[in-house]
Amino acid sequence: MDMALEVAVAAIKIFIVVNVVQLVVAYMIYVERKVIAHAQLRLGPMRVGWHGLLQPIADGLKLFLKEDIVPDKADRIVFVLAPVMVLVPALVVYAVLPFSATFYITQINIGLFFVLAISSLGVFGVVMAGWASNSKYSLLGALRSAAQMLSYEIFLGFSVIGPLMLAGSLNLQEIVHAQRDVWFVFYQPVAFIVFFVAALAETNRAPFDLPEAETELVAGFHTEYSGMKFAFFFLAEYASMMVISTIGIVLFFGGWEGPDFIPLPGFVWYCLKLGAFMFVFIWLRATLPRYRYDQLMRVGWKFMFPLVMLNIFLTGFLKYLFL
Amino acid sequence: MEIYFFYMFAGGMIITSLLMVTRANVIHAALLLVLTFFFLAGVFVLAGAEFLAAVQILLYAGGIMVLYLFSIMLMNVEVAVRMRQWHRQGVVVFVAVVLLGLQIWAVLGEVEFAAPKQWEWSLGATPGNVEAIGAVLYTKFLFPFEVASVLLLAAMIGAIVLAKRRIER
Amino acid sequence: MAPLEHYLILSAVLFSLGVVGVVVRRNAIVVILCIELMMNGANLAFVAYGRFLDSMAGQMIVFFVMAVAAAEAAIGLAIVVLIYRNRESTDLDEINLLKL
Repeated sequence: MDMALEVAVAAIKIFIVVNVVQLVVAYMIYVERKVIAHAQLRLGPMRVGWHGLLQPIADGLKLFLKEDIVPDKADRIVFVLAPVMVLVPALVVYAVLPFSATFYITQINIGLFFVLAISSLGVFGVVMAGWASNSKYSLLGALRSAAQMLSYEIFLGFSVIGPLMLAGSLNLQEIVHAQRDVWFVFYQPVAFIVFFVAALAETNRAPFDLPEAETELVAGFHTEYSGMKFAFFFLAEYASMMVISTIGIVLFFGGWEGPDFIPLPGFVWYCLKLGAFMFVFIWLRATLPRYRYDQLMRVGWKFMFPLVMLNIFLTGFLKYLFL
Repeated sequence: MEIYFFYMFAGGMIITSLLMVTRANVIHAALLLVLTFFFLAGVFVLAGAEFLAAVQILLYAGGIMVLYLFSIMLMNVEVAVRMRQWHRQGVVVFVAVVLLGLQIWAVLGEVEFAAPKQWEWSLGATPGNVEAIGAVLYTKFLFPFEVASVLLLAAMIGAIVLAKRRIER
Repeated sequence: MAPLEHYLILSAVLFSLGVVGVVVRRNAIVVILCIELMMNGANLAFVAYGRFLDSMAGQMIVFFVMAVAAAEAAIGLAIVVLIYRNRESTDLDEINLLKL
């Protein structure tokens, strides 16, 4: 009986989180269009609802009703599974993310490691999509994406080690508790910069959006996709942006906790920080030109990798001396 | 409860690995192997090795298998699908391998163990599996750990030397 | 908690399936994949023994096996890619001369 209750509570929480995430993601796309439009002195979507507020729903309806094309020469099974393989890891990760002191689906002692492991699977969907489409552009996009995501996963993994050493735990709740006095971003500014650049590359966002570079690869790995399958790729991109922002907030910005002199509930603090992160993501897309492929690899391996190793070394050294 | 999960993972693992051995398309085989690794990670969690389960997914599924897919995509899969997939001595091999499996099982099952002391299985337990692994890895197993790093360095250099194209002078 | 027997049977089945693939298949990449499967069968036995002996050594060995697997994947794939560049094929029956 106890067990059944536990399962039921978990199921309800999962239902809430998955649906809210999808809704928020739909509105993230709207916000992105609006912010970029204003950055370029345009208006953005204005027609559907007040200032285009119902635009995401109209877009979703359109994608849902659109004809779903599978190319003739495509590998059917892999082609259909690829969008699922992109979206599912991005949503599974939410199982361990802490949204506030009390609201989370579960907490496990390998929390952060679980997040890194599961989110490293997103690359499979991209590779599968690129290969199964049986199109040159898609394959090129997939190859680029595989190399880029594998390389930057390494920097992402190394950049979180600094905060981990300070917190002494992989459990995301405990990492937040360890930052009650000082946010780790003040102790670990280098780690945060590397983390943020790696996060941009992991989520295929500008200026590292080479896998889907529309001017050279006509949208890369999802060229051949349409309808709901295309929507899955979009949902997954924004869902994983939110995951990586949450990890950044938990590791460097004190999670759901804010300064004591402003009494706001934990969840509101979390939402504010998440919003700020997402705004920076969009802002960068509106501002920066795209990197060239060899530049991307050079920045990663010749600049960020030594930097992050130095950071780990210094953190260990200083922690041994002073803490 | 746990035992049902074990059978679920075990069944999934056997089915996917069987399919993986028999597929003609290399990409399908690689993707099925990823699924097998997933189920194996599940079994690792049930056996109280959650750190290894995460490493299994991060390293095997997220790293090594992507490397495989990357290389396979550089080749022409269509040609390989059309060629004959099996050596002719299939039946003999099958019988021999069944015998081999039975032998392995017999030898492994030879060892007698006292029943393990019952412990509470929990992913939220502290101190967790990670701490235990870290404590052993950097004390008792420090030398093998360093040797492993040298091995990886050697493999890295070897792979680069093998795969790079000769530069025309 | 599943008994040790079951872990060992599962491990033996995985290992044997890997052996079948290595011996019977003609595609070089599938053979390497099957070697990975064999390693994982062995890993499972190590973890199960470690769990039932209440020792960390089993998990440690798996950790090192994974390092070896990564090295093996890199070298094996480099060799296969090299062969493919020279022969336009990954058929093992065509590359049994020990020379190019």
